[in-house]
Amino acid sequence: MSSYVAKPSPPNADKRWKLVDATMRRQGQQQRGLIETLHTVQEAFGYLDVQALRYVAMSLRVPLSRAYGVATFYHFFTLKPAGEHTCVVCMGTACYIKGAPQLLDAVQRDLGIVPGETTSDKKISLLTARCLGSCGLAPAVVYDQEVAGKVGTPAIREHLKKWTSA
Amino acid sequence: MTPEELDEIAETERQAQSQFTQRVNVCVAAGCLSCQSQAVKDGLDREVKSRGTQDHCQVKGVGCMGLCSEGPLVSTSADVLYKKVQAEDSAAILDSLEGEPVSRLLCRTDIPFFQRQKKIVLENCGVIDPDRLEDYVAANGYSSLMKALTEMTPREVVEQVTKSGLRGRGGAGYPTGLKWSTVSKSVGTQKYVICNADEGDPGAFMDRSVLESDPHRVLEGMLIAAYAVGATEGYIYVRAEYPLAIKRLRTAIRQAERLGLLGANICGTRFSFRMDLRLGAGAFVCGEETALIASVEGNRGTPRPRPPYPAMEGLFGAPTLINNVETFANIAPIIRNGGEWYAQIGTEKSKGTKVFALAGRVENTGLVEVPMGISLREMVFEIGGGIPDGRKFKAVQTGGPSGGCLPSECLDMPVDYESLTKAGSIMGSGGMIVMDESSCMVDVAKYFMDFCMTESCGKCIPCRVGTYQMHRILTAIGNMTATLQDMKMLEELCDLLRHTSLCGLGQSAPNPVLSTLRSFAEEYRAHVEDHRCPAGVCVAPPVGERA
Repeated sequence: MSSYVAKPSPPNADKRWKLVDATMRRQGQQQRGLIETLHTVQEAFGYLDVQALRYVAMSLRVPLSRAYGVATFYHFFTLKPAGEHTCVVCMGTACYIKGAPQLLDAVQRDLGIVPGETTSDKKISLLTARCLGSCGLAPAVVYDQEVAGKVGTPAIREHLKKWTSA
Repeated sequence: MTPEELDEIAETERQAQSQFTQRVNVCVAAGCLSCQSQAVKDGLDREVKSRGTQDHCQVKGVGCMGLCSEGPLVSTSADVLYKKVQAEDSAAILDSLEGEPVSRLLCRTDIPFFQRQKKIVLENCGVIDPDRLEDYVAANGYSSLMKALTEMTPREVVEQVTKSGLRGRGGAGYPTGLKWSTVSKSVGTQKYVICNADEGDPGAFMDRSVLESDPHRVLEGMLIAAYAVGATEGYIYVRAEYPLAIKRLRTAIRQAERLGLLGANICGTRFSFRMDLRLGAGAFVCGEETALIASVEGNRGTPRPRPPYPAMEGLFGAPTLINNVETFANIAPIIRNGGEWYAQIGTEKSKGTKVFALAGRVENTGLVEVPMGISLREMVFEIGGGIPDGRKFKAVQTGGPSGGCLPSECLDMPVDYESLTKAGSIMGSGGMIVMDESSCMVDVAKYFMDFCMTESCGKCIPCRVGTYQMHRILTAIGNMTATLQDMKMLEELCDLLRHTSLCGLGQSAPNPVLSTLRSFAEEYRAHVEDHRCPAGVCVAPPVGERA
């Protein structure tokens, strides 16, 4: 019996699968490349869906359960698509003692969602970070990749209002 | 690449730099970048071009200058530093290069924040351009590697590191020389070197600053380590949350490969070394070495019992040397100046300097490097500039979720591994958060327990269930519904977790609770017996909503 299993073909014709394939090739199609490959998938597609997990698992010959296990173990990976905008509130120690909980409270009340969720109109995703390392600027918030420091409740409300009304 | 060729690169670069009579350094590390320092640099570039002075005025993006809270920072000479610079200030700054500095932007450099520092790890931070290898070479970069490869045997390299008394900067403080010699004596055809850049402690950003400001220094340290222990492959395990550090490391690795400082037969010797990056994915437990190895292998980051230690059986079953970013960053100066030179700095058991990330309720926040043995009082009140808004100092938290809160009685204690451990905290990776009277210690303990509970990998039961139960009790204390029985249970759980957890995460998770219980017992008592929070942070929820 041959242990050879043909490499599966990508789930669809999306060009972004080429990036995923390239990462797996660079890792020598080895199982140890699983996390690197999931990083590429998330970078290309924004999140990991079952279809992508199945494809990566089959290509690297790891059980789907292990791929799913890895994807859910690490906080950085998300299985749900993000909203149009993301707002990340840093909950590091320095931010925490300088008022990040109050910021988060205000945002939660305004948007009616908890961290990890997206508003029903798919406009804003709310996330928290363990620490951004911008402790000198505490409390820090990331609006769509852009770090803002020394944020107060009025400032964050204003920023979110801009997003919701746009 | 030979030592002569390296000298040539350094000489060419120094000559090119001497063409410039005027220099403007703009900080482009993450702290200042998030205050739009890129716009400042672009503004200065445009202004220089429009004046046509680009052949004698150099605008350079450099790494972290330390005082992150006052960014964006711009320096024009050793003692002229500008703070909170905007792009519109470009013209004024360039005008001032010939005459008096711009007084409205001036940041004093004669304050203890700058004067009390001793820079070894950070000597190039804020001076060289992190994206250019030539700049690093001109600042004596890679000369230690050359010295090790051409003048020293691997055994001599290990000896120098042992002599230096350097201890692991990741937190535990294991003697680096001892670790290196164990790995070098381990038998195996394939050995690995891993750089732990998974800086997960909230409130710590030393490693990120070093990686963003001086990536080649970390590579050089790893190369020397690989030569000393006989490794041929290496990984840098870096947090995915640090995109800029990742980008600069990738550039640095590419540049080093191109010059033959990485790859086969480095410097014409038999020594070969390949290096690759591995991205972490946001799991705090991956800072633990066996969990980190599991993650590099592509698995869930769960620790395993030791022994066997990674030095014997690590990555893919091969002997593996794991050190922290700051440890590797100390290696090049040790090899350059000798182990004895390094051993003169610091205290008897803790040698050298330590980089701290000073943050929280303190006037000057940012990155500082100080000799070991400096007192906490000097750190907080001189370097940190004291507590703002006329409030009173309450505690300083070191070591992140594995450390503890030190009260004002500990202020005169020296900062070294032993003293901090004795006081119930740990050195940790170097986060130092200052708290004033507006912080409630029960709330802080709850915050760290919440962190440990979420980050527990779930493999061993004491940590998985214990952190949950401790968090439940701390929440009850915060809600003023805890009983004295709960307090007793909390103390029992502390003891249980410490002695029965599998890895450092669980073993040290009780530290924030134990240290606050010891120093701030009356605060706990006020919550439990008098149903009030002295700091006014904890508020009891209405009766109907109580858990």
